[in-house]
Amino acid sequence: MTTTNTTHFVLSANINGEQRDFLADERDSLLEALRERAGIRGPKEGCNNGNCGACSVLIEGTLVNSCLVMAAECQGANITTVEGLASPEGLSPLQQCFLEEAALQCGICTPGFLIASTALLEENPHPTEEEARFWLAGNLCRCTGYDKIIRAVLKAADQKEA
Amino acid sequence: MQALKYARASSVDEAIKLLSDGGPNAKVLAGGTDIIVLARERRRKVELFVDIKHIDEAMQLTFDPGKGLIVGAATPLYKVYNDPNVVKHYTALAQSAHVIGGTAIQGRASLGGNLANSGPAGDSITAQMCLGGVAVIAGPNGRREVPIEDFCTGPGRNVLEANEFIVTLNFPAPVAHSASAWERFIPRNEMDIAVANSGVYLEMDGNTVVKARIALGAVGPKVFVVPVDSLVGKPLTDETIAAAGAAAKATATPIDDMRGSIKQRLHLSDILTQRTIRAAAERARA
Ligand SMILES: Cc1cc2nc3c(=O)[nH]c(=O)nc-3n(C[C@H](O)[C@H](O)[C@H](O)COP(=O)(O)OP(=O)(O)OC[C@H]3O[C@@H](n4cnc5c(N)ncnc54)[C@H](O)[C@@H]3O)c2cc1C
Repeated sequence: MTTTNTTHFVLSANINGEQRDFLADERDSLLEALRERAGIRGPKEGCNNGNCGACSVLIEGTLVNSCLVMAAECQGANITTVEGLASPEGLSPLQQCFLEEAALQCGICTPGFLIASTALLEENPHPTEEEARFWLAGNLCRCTGYDKIIRAVLKAADQKEA
Repeated sequence: MQALKYARASSVDEAIKLLSDGGPNAKVLAGGTDIIVLARERRRKVELFVDIKHIDEAMQLTFDPGKGLIVGAATPLYKVYNDPNVVKHYTALAQSAHVIGGTAIQGRASLGGNLANSGPAGDSITAQMCLGGVAVIAGPNGRREVPIEDFCTGPGRNVLEANEFIVTLNFPAPVAHSASAWERFIPRNEMDIAVANSGVYLEMDGNTVVKARIALGAVGPKVFVVPVDSLVGKPLTDETIAAAGAAAKATATPIDDMRGSIKQRLHLSDILTQRTIRAAAERARA
C-alpha cells in the first residue's frame, strides 16, 4: 500500500460484542465509518447535525449521536448499535414492546429510539412519562406522534422487576 | 467532511505541541457537538483535530468543600449534572448542563466547549459566570487564569491566544447561606437555543443580601453580568427584586431574530432575573 498523503487508518473497536478491525478515513464520522466501512447500517443518517437522533449509538454505554463523533475518536472503544440489542433467543424486551405497541411506522427513527430508550432504562429503570419524554427529546419521529413510542418504553419499564 | 487529520493528546504539553505544530487550522476537539458540525458544513477550516479527552486533568470532576469545584474543560455534561455536589452547591451549573441539547448531546458536550464557542446564548456560560468561575488556560507560555466574566469578548470571540486551551473551570468553595439558580426561556421545552437565559448567585444573611452575581445571556453580543447595587446590603423584598429585574433590563442590548424580538427579550431579561433571584433566595434560606 502506498503511504502518500493517505489518511486511512485501521479502526479497532468492539462493536456489539465483536472485535472489529477495518479501514476508515480520519475525516469519517463514526456514523460514516459504521455504515460505509463496517457495513453496520442500523444507525441512520437523518439530519447529520445532532438534532434528530436517528444515528444514536452507545459508546461505553453512554448515549451519543454518531454523526457528532469522529471515527478516529473510537479507537479501542466499545460501541453498541441497534444490531446489538437482540440476542440469538430473540428481540430484547424493549424491542418486543415496540412491536406490540406499534411504536413505528416508516422505521427510520426506530434504531435511534431503541438505542436511546435502552440507555434510558439502563440509567433509570422506572422512568415517569415526563422523564421518558425529556430523555428522548433528542430523537425525532415524524410518523407516530410519539405517544406509541412512549407507551412502548413505559411498558418495557413495567416489565422489569422493581 | 473536509479532509482532516486527528490526533489524541494525552497530556497538556502534548496538546499545546500538537496545536503549535498544526498551525492555525489545528482545532481543539472536546465533545465535538459544535466543531464537527461547523467543520462538516465548512463554516470552519479544520486541518487537524486535537482531541483533549484523554488528558486526565481536562476530564476530572473534583469537589473539596474547602477548595471548591474543579471541572475538566472536556468533562461531559451528563457527569456534571449527575454529580450530587454540583447539584447541591453549584445548582445553576447543573440546571444549565441538563438542558443543553438532548441526552445524546450531553453524553459528549462540555463546559469548556460551550465557553470556548462563546455564543451569546451559550447556556452554561451564564451559570459559570454567576458562580464566579475561573478558566484555567494553558499555552506555550505557561498557565493563566481568566475569570469567566472576562473570557468572552464578542459573539464567537474570546481571550484565547494561539495554541492556548482551557484545561479546567474552577469554582469557589460553597459559602453558608448561599445558593444559585438558572433558567432559560425557549418556545419548546427542550432542544432549542435560548431566547434569553439568566443565572443568579446569592449569599444571604437572614433576609439581607450579602453578595449577588447575576448573568444574562442571549440579550447582548455576549453573556454579561448585571449591576447588583439594587440588591446588595438590602433586604430581599418585592421592591428590591423588581429593581434588580429593571437593572437587568436596562443593561440588556438584545437584537431581533427568528427566535425572539427585542421587546420580548427585554421583558425576559427582567422576568427571568426576578425568577432566578427568587429561586436562589429560597434555596439559600433553606
Ligand atoms: C443538536 C444540538 C443542540 C444544542 N443545544 C444547545 C443548547 O441548548 N445550549 C447551548 O448552549 N448549546 C447547545 N448546543 C451547542 C453545543 O452542544 C454546546 O456549545 C457544547 O457545550 C459544546 O461543547 P463541546 O465539548 O461539544 O465543544 P466542541 O464542539 O468540541 O468545541 C467547540 C469549540 O470550542 C473549542 N474548544 C473546545 N474545548 C476547548 C478547550 N478546552 N479549550 C479551548 N477551546 C476549546 C473547539 O475548538 C471549538 O471551536 C447544541 C448543539 C447541537 C448539535
